[in-house]
Amino acid sequence: MSENHEGERAARVHRTIEQVARDSYGRLLAFLAVRCRDVSAAEDALADAFQTALETWPRNGIPEKPEAWLLVAGRRKLIDGMRRSRIRGEAIPDLLAGTENAYEMAGESLLFPDERLKLMFVCAHPAIEAQARTPLMLQTVLGLDAARIASAFLVRPSAMGQRLTRAKSKIRVAGIRFEVPEAAQLPERLEFVLEAIYAAYGSGWDDITGADARRKGLAAEAVELARVLVQLMPDEPEPKGLLAMMLHCEARREARRTQSGSYVPLLEQDVTCWSKEMMGEAERLLCEASRRGRIGRFQLEAAIQSAHAQRARTGVTDWNAIALLYEGLVRLSPTVGALVGRAAVIAEAQGPAAGLSALELLPDAVVQTYQPYWALAGHLFKRLGRISEAQCAYSRAIGLSEEPALRRFLEAEISKSDERDSDTHLIGSSDAEGSVHHR
Amino acid sequence: MQYTLMFYLSPEEFSARTDPAKREAYWAAFMPYMKAVRDAGIFRAGAGLEPPDTATTLRLREGKRLVQDGPYADTKEQLGGLFVIEVPDLDTALDWAARYPAGPEGVVEVRPNLSASAAA
Repeated sequence: MSENHEGERAARVHRTIEQVARDSYGRLLAFLAVRCRDVSAAEDALADAFQTALETWPRNGIPEKPEAWLLVAGRRKLIDGMRRSRIRGEAIPDLLAGTENAYEMAGESLLFPDERLKLMFVCAHPAIEAQARTPLMLQTVLGLDAARIASAFLVRPSAMGQRLTRAKSKIRVAGIRFEVPEAAQLPERLEFVLEAIYAAYGSGWDDITGADARRKGLAAEAVELARVLVQLMPDEPEPKGLLAMMLHCEARREARRTQSGSYVPLLEQDVTCWSKEMMGEAERLLCEASRRGRIGRFQLEAAIQSAHAQRARTGVTDWNAIALLYEGLVRLSPTVGALVGRAAVIAEAQGPAAGLSALELLPDAVVQTYQPYWALAGHLFKRLGRISEAQCAYSRAIGLSEEPALRRFLEAEISKSDERDSDTHLIGSSDAEGSVHHR
Repeated sequence: MQYTLMFYLSPEEFSARTDPAKREAYWAAFMPYMKAVRDAGIFRAGAGLEPPDTATTLRLREGKRLVQDGPYADTKEQLGGLFVIEVPDLDTALDWAARYPAGPEGVVEVRPNLSASAAA
């Protein structure tokens, strides 16, 4: 065979392997991990299987069912590894039985059971350190590498690697169950899964300008995780609520900054730049969720975003409707973000004095380092003509901002704060805009 | 897998175990729990401990015994008892820990026992 031919063949193998990794990594890993109850061992075995594929497929040809081939190769590596270590040998029969079946199934229909839901519940188990849950889910379900995750969360890669290793070791040694929780535990446990996905979304949200390459969009990955969850739990309304909320926020991403990279608050955004497609999907999801008749935190968050989205149709914002939704939200989930968002909306619906009273109910200790609180306080003081207090609050907000575009926006607000009764709306000091900070 | 459930008690709970006025109520809540653990066939070992003021802590320093009155950890809640149970996974162990009729400040720590293969 000519060299050229061989090169083409190798390239085709690479493309196939990349495609399989993109489409099926999470499913392959979940299948193996559920059967050996050891995420690290399953990862190593799957990595070995991919490596073997890279070496042998150019020679032997791409198998008819690449996923099934990888699954069987991964299982073999896993069993070999376990025989060698002779630790947890009791899991071997399970693994054997499970994959034989899977191979038959895979051979016939290319379908093997999708165990990603179990894996998601393990990743977001309350016995796992809270900070590790989102990274763990991104790594195992989507196959993101640790360095990429580390940069999104602004942590050193080595620190992220340690955090992930510790979490996986806890799963194995503490014996966390690879099962979807029973009905009694489900609402509580699902909340952890939703939180972990939401945290991935939040990690990319502050990067308004898209200038910081390191922080670039885990938003897309969060949306993908939410889609997986919606697909795997079609009867649960809250995953749909979460996905709807994120899609509404995503729909406005382009409108959040000018060409030059300045920050544009929600009320000043050009609604024609909002994505109709994403808003439409969000509305459909929210509608489906509400038919279940079980309201929850994320459905309310989505409903708030949906109410903001109505401006694209009607040209106005119904602040009273949004205020009502916030009342429901803070009753279910009185996070500092929700309480600050509620105060911002009360200010729009009933005036700045009412907004300020709502804001002042929050305890000092909670808000000390919470940037959106100070941005809102600055704005409300300004509207009330309390200029020195406004400047003081704004400068605290600036000091707490991580995002240059937001800092510039707030600096401009300070310099405008001499003009009494200025009509600028605060909504958009990244907080009132969205629920993205409601943690 | 074997797990140890470690029950941490506040000073009030320690005294409730023996205080004539509260003793009955305390044990009336605890005994059914103990019985349920035994009836489930998961009980492997366990003990209730006397209060921390009866504890003695020993350190070996340069071959010398340093013996001190009092418990090792200086915390408000102190270890008051433990069970070793045999269940399939952490989640089941947590279910059992959750059934412990703790007082308002009750804490249960759940840890897997080191398995025999770890020493091999």
